[in-house]
Amino acid sequence: MTSFMPPADRIWWKVPVGREEIVWILIALTWCLIMFFMMPYWHIYGKQNLSNEAYQTTPAKFGAKVQEGIDQYKTGEEAGVPIIHPPAGSDVYMLGRLWQWWPILELEKDKTYRLHLSSMDWQHGFSVQPININMQVVPGYEMVLTVTPDQSGEYGVVCNEYCGIGHHTMVGKIYVKE
Amino acid sequence: MAQFRTCPDTGLYFHKSAESLIKANAVAAAVALLVAGLLGLLVVLTRWQAVHLLPADQFYMALTAHGIDALIFWIIFFEMAVLYVASSVLLRCRLATPAWGWVQFLLMLVGAVMTNVAIFQGSSSVMMTSYVPMQAAPHFYLGLILFAVGALIGCFIFFGTLVVAKQEKSYEGSIPLVTFGAVTAAIIAVFTIASGAIILIPTFLWSIGYIAHIDAEMYRVVWWGMGHSSQQINVAAHVAIWYLIAGLVFGARPMSEKVSRGAYLLYILFLQLACAHHILVDPGISAEWKVFNTSYAMYLAVLASMIHGLTVPGSIEVAQRGKGFNNGLFEWLRKAPWENPVFSSMFISLVTFGFLGGITGVVMGTEQINLIIHNTIYVPAHFHATVVTGTTMAFMAVTYFLIPVLFRRQMILPGLAKLQPYIFGGGMTILVLFMLGAGTLGVSRRHWDMDFTGAALGFDYPGMAYTLMGIGAFGGVIGVIGGGIFLLITVGSLVFGKKLEPSAGLLQSFGFPLAASCYTDKRPETLPRAAPLPAGHHTSSFEAPGTFVLALVLLVTFVVYYFINWKYLASVWQLS
Repeated sequence: MTSFMPPADRIWWKVPVGREEIVWILIALTWCLIMFFMMPYWHIYGKQNLSNEAYQTTPAKFGAKVQEGIDQYKTGEEAGVPIIHPPAGSDVYMLGRLWQWWPILELEKDKTYRLHLSSMDWQHGFSVQPININMQVVPGYEMVLTVTPDQSGEYGVVCNEYCGIGHHTMVGKIYVKE
Repeated sequence: MAQFRTCPDTGLYFHKSAESLIKANAVAAAVALLVAGLLGLLVVLTRWQAVHLLPADQFYMALTAHGIDALIFWIIFFEMAVLYVASSVLLRCRLATPAWGWVQFLLMLVGAVMTNVAIFQGSSSVMMTSYVPMQAAPHFYLGLILFAVGALIGCFIFFGTLVVAKQEKSYEGSIPLVTFGAVTAAIIAVFTIASGAIILIPTFLWSIGYIAHIDAEMYRVVWWGMGHSSQQINVAAHVAIWYLIAGLVFGARPMSEKVSRGAYLLYILFLQLACAHHILVDPGISAEWKVFNTSYAMYLAVLASMIHGLTVPGSIEVAQRGKGFNNGLFEWLRKAPWENPVFSSMFISLVTFGFLGGITGVVMGTEQINLIIHNTIYVPAHFHATVVTGTTMAFMAVTYFLIPVLFRRQMILPGLAKLQPYIFGGGMTILVLFMLGAGTLGVSRRHWDMDFTGAALGFDYPGMAYTLMGIGAFGGVIGVIGGGIFLLITVGSLVFGKKLEPSAGLLQSFGFPLAASCYTDKRPETLPRAAPLPAGHHTSSFEAPGTFVLALVLLVTFVVYYFINWKYLASVWQLS
């Protein structure tokens, strides 16, 4: 019962450690190192990584970029939200605000886009479903994701950072066409 | 003035001031747990889509209060009690500056009430994290600041008591391992509260108009320096309780003082930047920084937890084998006192913390895997395994021990007490497992309506997501019932339990000298060092083979689950 009494040996740090503990510590340390190397490995060989690209911005500046994209590439509307079809390889702007993702994107399968995300007001969560990709969207910061949708279909963009009473109505759309 | 008593059953020694403070903090903790539990019930009954109890505004209010009352007020009040036990009681010395102890308690009490008032006034439904620029009422932040100042005072009383014990030579040799664990918790607490002060004080000033702007990303980085580190206080504290209970129930001694203390040292050295894994999908934070901080800061702490995961049950196994439970790999475990809630609650805490909380935490804290988990309900599932079945069950276990020893009351409803850890642990485990599943299907955390009623553009979750959320919520209801039984038994024992005076002979003595339970001014004898190991003991063989096998099972589960998640990640859209 030495756990709540002073150690039996005065110089307890010189008591030899049991083999079992040494073996386990070596196994656990090895595993921790493997987990460490998986992250740089995935940066080199994996296909799902976040870029380091982000800029400080303001709602006014970012909002103007979004509007520019809508003016150039608008193809229609759904429930009052503009749908844009930007060319493959281009810079695509999408904003989050209380309580909308704006605009709706129409992308082409297997084409690569530079998707810029920011918030006009509070923090939001960019959660593409059902594929389940999740990003934090923070006001004052513009994050750039280089994204290549490789499955076609209709995707919901759920807000998964709490943003007030209408949070649950904040759903956007991304269409990926063949 | 008569200030000291020796427990006539266990020989544990109490300074009256410490005793009163332990009781006050434990009772405040129990009240916070009651409030948090009731709010938790409302939350699960709302997220159970078939029930969908509360309207949106009340749901977010309840969720904010649930998080703060459970994660901050319940746990930190209890940790104050743990610090007083680990210093004054275990070291058999007077408490340093008892009057400041009451300042600690009152500041925390005022802070807790103030923040709750702010939330229930309805103007501060900002969640526990209170991410700016969403703003709460000023007294929401002020209450948290006062609470933190109180907790900081508690830490310094703890350190002061260690100094007193050393100077007055109340013990021989080094401090006990349990106290060492509490020192770890208190050191991390000081760092944590410093991070909290750096971010909450400016945020408070912003809420009353003295500061114009708080950068949202800076807030996230610094806030998590508090938010995550505070969870490491819990880990350090509940691991100390695991060791304590292994000692109390089995007479277990640590397998190696050096290894266990070294593991605690890893917590102190490598936890402070573990906040990094909350901001893995945030803008403006480089991959190198994320990889470095999640790996060096987190994995060396993970290593420490994996070590405790072996040494705690290992010490129990060695003690049990010493008593003759030597058949096969697991007789020591089968013959453990499963009907004793002190043990069963602690053991469920150990297993669920490792298998559920630990593994999921490391997986979602991996830089790239976080992409498929961030802000889904997987996240609360993970931390319910760490702080509910992990920390809370460890605290419940030690409470069952303290009722007869500290409060000198016989526990009421002993039959129900035997079952309580299984009801609570079982219910919460169901909640955790099924919410993990729902999270992998993309169900969002902190979200009132997975049907998105009223949204211009909708989205339909798969039917399975609803099923998983329903079963998880059902588990949550069972868990709340288990928590209610815990409070019924503990509070009921304080009120209705038979007084155990002078000695009921019900409890195990630990070989300390016993005395009548009345207050005297006689100081106890110096706490001696533990008895040396019996002759012929050698450490070169495997002393705890059963535990080693269990540890390997944990490792295999961990490895398999870890790579399954990489596989799942590889199936989503390409991002660079």
